[in-house]
Amino acid sequence: MAAQGATASRSGLRSALPLLAPAYLWLTVAIFLPLSAMVFFSFMTELPLSGKPWAFTLGNYAAFFSQSLYLTLLLASLRLGLVVTLWCIVIGYPAAYVLAKVLKGRSREAIFLLVILPFWSNGLVRIFSWAMVLREGGILDTALNAVLPFKINIDLMYSYPAVIIGLVHSYVPYMVLTCYLTLQAIDDSLIEAGRSLGASRLQVLKRVIIPLSMPGLVAGAALIFVPVVGSFMEPRILGGRTGTFYGTVIEDQFVAVFNWPLGAALSFILLAVVLIILAVASPVLRRAA
Amino acid sequence: MAGVQVSNVSRSFGAHKALDDVSIDFADGGFYALLGPSGSGKTTLLRQVAGFDFPDSGRISIGGESVERVPVEKRRIGMVFQNYALFPNMSVADNVAFGLSVRGEAKAVIASEVQRALDLVQLGKLGGRRPHQLSGGQRQRVALARAIVTKPRVLLLDEPLGALDKALRVDMQIELKRIQREIGITTIFVTHDQEEALTMSDRIGILRDGRLVQEGPPEEIYDQPKSEFAATFLGDANIFRGESTGNGIKLPDGTAIAAGAGAKLAAGAKASCAVRPERIRIATDVEAQDAANANMLKGQVSKRIFAGNNSTYFVERGGQTLKVIVQNTGIDRLAEGQDVVLRWAPESTVLIATS
Repeated sequence: MAAQGATASRSGLRSALPLLAPAYLWLTVAIFLPLSAMVFFSFMTELPLSGKPWAFTLGNYAAFFSQSLYLTLLLASLRLGLVVTLWCIVIGYPAAYVLAKVLKGRSREAIFLLVILPFWSNGLVRIFSWAMVLREGGILDTALNAVLPFKINIDLMYSYPAVIIGLVHSYVPYMVLTCYLTLQAIDDSLIEAGRSLGASRLQVLKRVIIPLSMPGLVAGAALIFVPVVGSFMEPRILGGRTGTFYGTVIEDQFVAVFNWPLGAALSFILLAVVLIILAVASPVLRRAA
Repeated sequence: MAGVQVSNVSRSFGAHKALDDVSIDFADGGFYALLGPSGSGKTTLLRQVAGFDFPDSGRISIGGESVERVPVEKRRIGMVFQNYALFPNMSVADNVAFGLSVRGEAKAVIASEVQRALDLVQLGKLGGRRPHQLSGGQRQRVALARAIVTKPRVLLLDEPLGALDKALRVDMQIELKRIQREIGITTIFVTHDQEEALTMSDRIGILRDGRLVQEGPPEEIYDQPKSEFAATFLGDANIFRGESTGNGIKLPDGTAIAAGAGAKLAAGAKASCAVRPERIRIATDVEAQDAANANMLKGQVSKRIFAGNNSTYFVERGGQTLKVIVQNTGIDRLAEGQDVVLRWAPESTVLIATS
């Protein structure tokens, strides 16, 4: 029986190979090779492309530990990731619930489209639109002053809140989509069963719906947290001087300072930290899910 | 425990009248089946009693207390769903404990009540399992234990046995009835399975297109259907349509069919007669006289279906196919194509007014 099973799975793999090969070839060429090159760069003193003499060094990694600035920025970025993820849950989960459980038919499709829309617009366009809304004398400022009887000054541009607003806007669809999928899979009769047993809507939410939608929350959180920690576009454009984060420092190394080895080393430290966080969190999250 | 009174309840969804002026009195401690085809409104009615949906008009009371605007969580009902609706994220024991725990009962009380409920459904040892580790019949029992552990005033069952296979379903019917007797709870049971309704309930309500067609004990509905629909939906019936002769009908070809002594309808009106297939005698002997079975029709066997303990004969007569069920006594097996005589007693004939 066992031998038969093994043969079956081996022949299954052979027939699956033509289907797997394109994806894995592409991943090898497009990700593994450049990434390996980056690992290589991160141990160099100089970029070999510039023609200058170079040697192997651990100095780029040592730089992270010798200068407290990098650690400070990394912690700030991790905090940013956490705050943005939390806001995405606060905003995205109720929306996903309404989409999955309250709306039906046409109206669901229409609202869904509005949620997906940010995905379809260019990231830079999105961020600059926010800049127009948030700056002093911008759309938000003008609109509020037109409505309110007293004069207020709204200038959120180049501030921490502006960075949060931009990032939440970019990433909240992930949370809505992952939560929508798990919420939609929850049978309505479970909610009715809970209520027939005397549970209020809030008790049903806490004891049945949230535990059952945990996989979606976890997936959404992972999809949001990881890129936000390394983000640089929103912090730079919306954050201005306050928008210096770990991601922007890495970007500087590649784009402005041309210190690719240091940029690469900082990137891999970030990757390691994120992987450690996910590894530590995964048993807890898996139990919750 | 408490009885449930539904009075003149109507409910529409858009232009569709799901319930049209339905009144039923569910007696305290009784086992009541709501029977009807899909779309007849039986589940809608159950949901009104449960409180998942509110009627447009009419009154519902549980134990004398008016509840038609009380939300489900305040009605103190127990409900078993068609797909069981067990919480997949909880163990069997936690599922059963849910109702007590949201009520804030003490841990020790919950533990002992849960054990008692699980023992009652004979799953006392499976409290630690997860729902997905149970068979269909076991899930059914957990759902029942969860519904009754809170000591609800009324137990509502929405086609609870529909997903089980035949043998298990019969076991569960007996089991469900035993548990219902044991705790004496008023039970309303929605089903489209007429056999289930007949074997389990004290009273049956037949619904069609949102209206209550007939209501009463199973024997009464089976023996004295008040409409062609009731006659054919609960059990099988041969329907003859014609003109009333007062206590019987005259078929269009002039043949008279006599009904039982109690039957009375104005002569000349349109009427029909219903005869159960097992009440009809089938024979090849045309000449024989049989005073007790005064109704007689001649026909020809078109098909015989042998089902072991009985056979069903389809008999062609005047463009109508009649059904006759004969117990397997080992004699008198008739061949297809054979000319036969059907006889039955006036007492086996139900006269039904049609309009």
